Amino acid sequence: MALLEVEGLKAYYGQTQALHGVSFALEPGGITTLLGANGAGKTTTLRSLCGMVRTEGSVRFDGRPISGRATEAIVRLGVGHVPEGRGTFTNLTVDENLRVAAYTRRDKAAAQRDLDMVFEYFPILKARISQQAGTLSGGEQQMLAISRALMLGPRLMLLDEPSFGLAPLIVQEIFRIMRRINAEAKVSMLLVEQNAALALELADHAYVLETGRVVMSGKASVVKSDEAIRKSYLGY
Amino acid sequence: MATTVSSTGTEAGIQNVFAFIRRRWLWLLIAFLALLPIIGGKTGYISNFWFLQLSLMIVYAIAVLGLNLLTGFNGQISLGHGAFFAVGAYTAAILIDQAGWPFWATLPMAAVTCFVAGYLFGLPALRLEGHYLALATFALAVAVPQILKYRHFEGFTNGVQGINIFKADPPFGLPLSSDQWMFLVVLAVAVLMFWIARNLLDSRTGRAMTAIRDHAMAASTMGINVPRYKAVVFGISAIYTGIAGALHAIIFEFVSPDSFRFELSIAILVGAVVGGIASLPGAVIGGVFVQMIEKYADALTKKISAAVHLPLELEPWTIYGIALIVLMYTMPTGIAGGLAALWRRMRRS
Repeated sequence: MALLEVEGLKAYYGQTQALHGVSFALEPGGITTLLGANGAGKTTTLRSLCGMVRTEGSVRFDGRPISGRATEAIVRLGVGHVPEGRGTFTNLTVDENLRVAAYTRRDKAAAQRDLDMVFEYFPILKARISQQAGTLSGGEQQMLAISRALMLGPRLMLLDEPSFGLAPLIVQEIFRIMRRINAEAKVSMLLVEQNAALALELADHAYVLETGRVVMSGKASVVKSDEAIRKSYLGY
Repeated sequence: MATTVSSTGTEAGIQNVFAFIRRRWLWLLIAFLALLPIIGGKTGYISNFWFLQLSLMIVYAIAVLGLNLLTGFNGQISLGHGAFFAVGAYTAAILIDQAGWPFWATLPMAAVTCFVAGYLFGLPALRLEGHYLALATFALAVAVPQILKYRHFEGFTNGVQGINIFKADPPFGLPLSSDQWMFLVVLAVAVLMFWIARNLLDSRTGRAMTAIRDHAMAASTMGINVPRYKAVVFGISAIYTGIAGALHAIIFEFVSPDSFRFELSIAILVGAVVGGIASLPGAVIGGVFVQMIEKYADALTKKISAAVHLPLELEPWTIYGIALIVLMYTMPTGIAGGLAALWRRMRRS
């Protein structure tokens, strides 16, 4: 059974319709990427999955319908959202940011294990633990955002442009660790990216969005090698 | 030899004393304040007037703390906290005047009333942010005195006349004046309220509050129920300001609608910002500031214009305005932040 099943998803910002019936499915354990130009509806799709915008259509997570639910309820089911712009709690320390993320955890021992795991993936955060999070570099804040989502103990992680505004070397490091998290922590991922070449390296499946619709999909390796798709939709 | 040993011994002793003071300065300060009535009684240096002044400063500190929890730590603005101050004050006054309750029993009741009022106001306020929330709370501040004057509530509120109550005498025949006794009560309540606030802020709940302030959307992706938190924090904030109002009624022995005009709401907000937003010591400084300004700005303005024979007429409150401008210019993060920065600079040099 698919981990996430989206059917005919429409989303609205006030009167403006941003998604016109998006459908896709995510297999458990994989990394899927949503590609497309600015304004194609990538971020809106992630927000819709998390109940942050008004939607119509069906979203099922692990067989359970989640559309129309509050964000925090969806999160508690095991959907970690790494938001656009990282969403750092700037005035809290790194430690406090991570502890906010453990907010829903009842099992303190498991939360502590996850914290150790986070520090193993991102040792720099341990070195910065009592630093105010707003003073971290962009890359470190992105690592913190991913770590916070990990602290929820999610089965699915939604990543909104983790490469945004970061130096290429940092991006490569973060993507390498994301691959490890996917393999070792068994977290499925839905990755939204402007940088299609990078996303297709990491993902095993890809959907291409254009003005609020899925215009094509397929295995990442196929999409990557299809020159027509690349030229018309991905622009490289 | 022996002298050197003993002198280093004394030096170490003095250093220990300093270290102790540095570690425990807060409790030492509280203990000192608690001893003031005895010191004042023995020496006669501190009049009852001064105990009333100190009590009022502490009361405003609690009120400012309430607003600080909401605005400083949760990011919701309020220009209407005078309304909760009034609700707390009237709850205490009515229960003492009409139901004959002892003053201390009215405090929990004021807390409950204000929590309900704050929570209920917080629910619709969820739809408002920034300027709109400021306006809605401002409307509350303007409305409450009118409601208190409303004809059909006169049986409870006594309308524009207000309610007179009488200060309690100290229990067990303690050799204290009632002003000294109330000072101790107010101090004890304040210590308790600040202690609770500190623990609250240092808890899971406090971190969630601050996370919502920093990034509400990201907070919801951490599983935090943002709307419920915002409404509850509104209620908690109202508890603090309401208890301050109740204490004010008790030590001032009088409530009337015109004691709670919207200027009070502004004064509480000014206290929070001038003291230092999102800072507990800042709330104390803000409370002192609110009372001092209320008491002395006007008088000081008159005295200055009389002393230096200014060619122009100084309006009352000129000092207030000047003090605000100077403070905000020199200490943009409030007095607490300014002092902390000064302290750091002194230690470095």
